[in-house]
Amino acid sequence: MKSFEKISQQTKASSEEVVNLGKKKKYDPHSFSKKTNIVMNILLALFAFLCIFPFVYVIIISLSSEQSLAMHGYRVIPQEWSLDAYRYLWMMRSQLLRAYGITIFITVVGTLLSVAMISMYSYAISRKQFIYRRQFTFLVFFTMLFSGGMVPFYIVMTQFLGLKNSIWALILPLAVNAFYIIIMRTFFQRSVPEAIIESARIDGAGEFRIFLTIVLPLAIPGIATIALFSTLAYWNDWFNALLFIDDPNLIPLQSLLMRIENNLDFIAQNAHIGAQSESLMASIPQDSAQMAIVVIATLPIALTYPFFQKYFVRGLTIGGVKE
Amino acid sequence: MWRLKRTAKNIKKNRVWLLMTLPGLIWLIVLKYIPMFGQILAFKDFKFHPDGFLASIYHSEWVGLDNFRFLFGSRDAWVITRNTVLYNLVFIVLGLVLAVGFAIVLSEIANKRLTKVYQTGMLFPHFLSWVVVSHFVFAFLSVERGMFNRILEAFGQDPVFWYNEPKFWPFFIVGISQWKGVGFNSIIYLAAIVGIDKNYYEAALIDGASKWQQIKHVTIPMLKPLMIILTLLSIGNIFSADFGLFYQIPRDSGPLYPVTNVIDTYVYRGLMSMGDIGMSTAAGLYQATVGFVLIMITNYIVRKIDEENALF
Repeated sequence: MKSFEKISQQTKASSEEVVNLGKKKKYDPHSFSKKTNIVMNILLALFAFLCIFPFVYVIIISLSSEQSLAMHGYRVIPQEWSLDAYRYLWMMRSQLLRAYGITIFITVVGTLLSVAMISMYSYAISRKQFIYRRQFTFLVFFTMLFSGGMVPFYIVMTQFLGLKNSIWALILPLAVNAFYIIIMRTFFQRSVPEAIIESARIDGAGEFRIFLTIVLPLAIPGIATIALFSTLAYWNDWFNALLFIDDPNLIPLQSLLMRIENNLDFIAQNAHIGAQSESLMASIPQDSAQMAIVVIATLPIALTYPFFQKYFVRGLTIGGVKE
Repeated sequence: MWRLKRTAKNIKKNRVWLLMTLPGLIWLIVLKYIPMFGQILAFKDFKFHPDGFLASIYHSEWVGLDNFRFLFGSRDAWVITRNTVLYNLVFIVLGLVLAVGFAIVLSEIANKRLTKVYQTGMLFPHFLSWVVVSHFVFAFLSVERGMFNRILEAFGQDPVFWYNEPKFWPFFIVGISQWKGVGFNSIIYLAAIVGIDKNYYEAALIDGASKWQQIKHVTIPMLKPLMIILTLLSIGNIFSADFGLFYQIPRDSGPLYPVTNVIDTYVYRGLMSMGDIGMSTAAGLYQATVGFVLIMITNYIVRKIDEENALF
């Protein structure tokens, strides 16, 4: 999609112009009349608020006392603030921390694996010296056109690979993504000049060494983008846990959130509290605790995404998918 | 013989590249190509065999087209196809209008710093998983405590059992999908608008074009190629639904199946609960085949319009 490349180049130029606007009163074609501008601003502000509000609302619910929830439902301004939900989660922390740990583990290991596999494969198919590059590109590309379907995939994972209730069932399925391979290939073709590699070859460096010491540093922007997409995919993944994981010790955070739909027994069962659990169950801050888990699962993303948003947007406009 | 020799020599010469592609190649073969051949199960009556994967496939009886006969003999086939295609059509049309609309408005806002703020806000839902979003939705739709019923109560109305009322759900599904997607979808269009040559606008201004006329005669025509391409690409995927949206948001509520069951959720339920592996595979193969044909057709059309933007 060459048009995207053109766009992204032009985007750079014009964003510089926008920056210069403050200094010199240069003419900018993009601006509404005063009145329309105000209306449009209100409209956008409303929609942006609508995108953020549900999360704020859930935070408020998690900070309401169970009593006021029982009396008045989920109010935007609760009768009574309380940290009970978080206290309760703290008591149940063994299960939660395990789920957090699983999520962090699959995110870190998965992202590393993903970046390694994708960048090696796409570098190889971006090099003209590789005789079979067309066949290998087609192998990737065809998976985007025709899929094996969920059932055969499930059977291969459980029967052929024997990955039911294994941590690898959460890592492998997301490790390679055909679309990212194609994007990275284009990126390598454009950002790593043949001349540099040629001169390294003349100096006697092997292909692997060239890849590690010369190509990778040049490709950092592309790799960072892939790593970012991959990290998000792993952090938010619940689908593979839904298919392959029954063992409560291997449940990632998103999946835990799915399983407690309306009852926290699941956690209580696995927290081994024993005899006092009866009285404890009676005083569980059910709803607020559930929302509190939503909050702690979402907060890391909510706090970091404004910082990586820039790279995310850039990564989207990198996309060239053509020879 | 000489061909074999040449191949051996080629492999030797290219061993570095082959080594680099090896992990990815193994992954592709095991997790993509073997399942593709596994689609054979659609024509078999699947029985698990203790000797493992290949034995299971080998020992399962051939039943020809029986699975498909069952599938298309049931009302389900029609319902899931209708839901999948109709929802996707609405997503494509509405998604295009909203994405382009928001991109244009964002580009025309005078204060560029505010644009950044709005965009950050609009992009937030994209980074959330469907599980999290389903809890957000629950905060509004919960029967006893949710915001909607609280509001109804305040007006003296009876509470509504949202998760048992199919009639509202097409609107909920469409609304939630757009809420999550608009910020993301408008990024590409915004980048394209910012990249349009300013001279066009200056020329339009000199000709006395108002803002709206500029949008109508400059911005939208300039975005047209991109709109056509992206729309065609999504038409190619019209047979695949977003599993998370249709499975998580309705909370797997039975009464809602008529309006929320799509091919992907049907296949999943067949695999997990009904235990009807043959029929599930048949539904999956039906989806994959139609999807393949659609992608081929749309790509052919794209190539006719504009060689540059075709997928292949």
